[in-house]
Amino acid sequence: MSTDRRALILMSPAILWLLALMVVPCVLILVLAFFQRGIYGGIEYTWTLENLALVFDPLYFKIFLKSAGIAGLSAGIACVLGYAAAYAIAAMPRRNQPLLLFFAVLPFWSNYLVRTYAWIVLLNREGLIVNLARWIGYQGELPSMLYTEQAVVIGLVYNYLPFVILSCYAPLSRLNPEITEVSRDLGASAWTTFRRVTLPMTVPGIATGFVFVFVLSIGNFVTPALLGGGQFQMIGNLVYAQFLTANDWPFGAALSMVLIAVMLGLLMAQATVAERAAGMKKDQGNG
Amino acid sequence: MSRLSPRSSVCAIVALAAFSAPAFAEPLTVSNWDGYMAADTIDAFNTASGNQAELVLHATNEEIMGKLIAAKGVGYDVVFVSSPFAEVLNNLGLAETLDHAKIPNIANLYSEATELPHDPGNSFSLPYAWGTTGLCYRSDLVDTPTSWGDLLAPEADVAGKTTMLATDRWLLAAGQLQLGYSVNETDPDKMAEVRDLLIEAKKSLLAYDDTTFYAKLVSGEAELVHAWDGWCNYGIGENADIKYMIPEEGSDLWVDTMVILKASENKDAAYDFVNFILDADNHRWAAENILYKVPNKAAMDGVDAGLIETFPNMGMAPADMLKFEQMRDVGAAQRDYSRLVSEIKAAN
Repeated sequence: MSTDRRALILMSPAILWLLALMVVPCVLILVLAFFQRGIYGGIEYTWTLENLALVFDPLYFKIFLKSAGIAGLSAGIACVLGYAAAYAIAAMPRRNQPLLLFFAVLPFWSNYLVRTYAWIVLLNREGLIVNLARWIGYQGELPSMLYTEQAVVIGLVYNYLPFVILSCYAPLSRLNPEITEVSRDLGASAWTTFRRVTLPMTVPGIATGFVFVFVLSIGNFVTPALLGGGQFQMIGNLVYAQFLTANDWPFGAALSMVLIAVMLGLLMAQATVAERAAGMKKDQGNG
Repeated sequence: MSRLSPRSSVCAIVALAAFSAPAFAEPLTVSNWDGYMAADTIDAFNTASGNQAELVLHATNEEIMGKLIAAKGVGYDVVFVSSPFAEVLNNLGLAETLDHAKIPNIANLYSEATELPHDPGNSFSLPYAWGTTGLCYRSDLVDTPTSWGDLLAPEADVAGKTTMLATDRWLLAAGQLQLGYSVNETDPDKMAEVRDLLIEAKKSLLAYDDTTFYAKLVSGEAELVHAWDGWCNYGIGENADIKYMIPEEGSDLWVDTMVILKASENKDAAYDFVNFILDADNHRWAAENILYKVPNKAAMDGVDAGLIETFPNMGMAPADMLKFEQMRDVGAAQRDYSRLVSEIKAAN
């Protein structure tokens, strides 16, 4: 048996799985976007571009921008925190690193909903944080932390932080310590070494982490619903509402189509960054 | 209307006693909200009728409507939906025209419940539960509210401690009632006023909440919430300081109904089932378990007086409820309603 055929046979279950459960449903949804909504929900099979046009209506476009803002902020914060944590882990003695990474991904062992509910318990007006503040003697009225945009960002950062730690840890741990030593020997300060040597060489990890958090956040609907108290509509909530409450499947499909396009664009940009970085390394190797 | 259980968002399918009934009986698929019947109802029906009914759950009206419309009503025999959605099923020709001869227990209904505006004469739907929408509040923490304005523009010490229902129709109804409009108003100018009022109200809101508002009252996180009467009762059950009231501008009258699907292949069993529910004892058992009023005179007459004392809104007379306007299907305007709600929720 040729290697090619063996590869094909080995890959076929995965390909069939993706085709049947990913590609086909996606295509079905995308096709829906071009039909009209029936007066009572259903779908009328008349071609239209109305649904796609509606996505760019100022109301819905604003929700898109808002979601992108929240997702961008969450991804940015997660990158700063995650990079610092990954840097610290990579600086530890090698034998301790697996344990520390294990702790970083430990939250993934519990359900996403449970982790999000935990924040409700922490942040609500009668919650643990407020009661702790009272216990240590704070008398004044505390502002409500829950059901705010900040609470949504906290929830997203918390839930996706481990992705960034892992994606930043990979290039940091592979970094040859001799390169930074050379930089220091040649007179660069620690900060300059970090800024001009370490950081540029680990950008692909940051980019991967950023895109991951951004893509997962912009389509998220659970966290804004639970921690935002339903007061912040993100694009995921809008899609959810079109399918499950407004019964406007064609518009929901059009929204998801644009959302998927944005995500694909970002993932491709991230792939380009990663490729360029790989090229850079090769150049260094040759030079 | 999504109702009764925070768990209801989890699309669980409970097939109760599916294997215990005799094999010759016809299976029957009933869809209802989670926790909206007594837990033993399906078992009791199967035992009494020899059927193999199974219960499936829907979290919202819209969820079951999406499935019914997509499948042209195939796959379900009896569904529980709010009356505007029963109207839609009827308009789409999916609802069975009811043969009253097969539902002798229809005689147990209050006369008011047989002449409801959405379906006078019960030609396609049977009322299962009904009630009002008003304010549920902590009487130990806030002054007794009188108006929808107390929710929409709360006093400074209550601001940030109120919640509103998130479902389109009821969210909008709070504004419609405050402005003196019909709960079925569709005029764009009037609805723009409603939207602006609700955007203003959002500034003092803790959250939109359809499912856990009574728990927020119990914990003290909220002090005044927009609530369906029956669901306020769950709060009252945990804290006697929680009370329910209907603002002076009025309420809507909501009615949740049972509809038999025209496509049902088990119509006899479906008729048996709705008739079983309308039985005085069974419907009373439902009321006592879910703490919602049922439109069944024979059932309500038998409800324990102590229960009505604890949950005063259970004792509201049908004639008093009928003073309020029933929420109706608004047809194509539903899409405008959805957009208005998006505008409200996207506003800062």
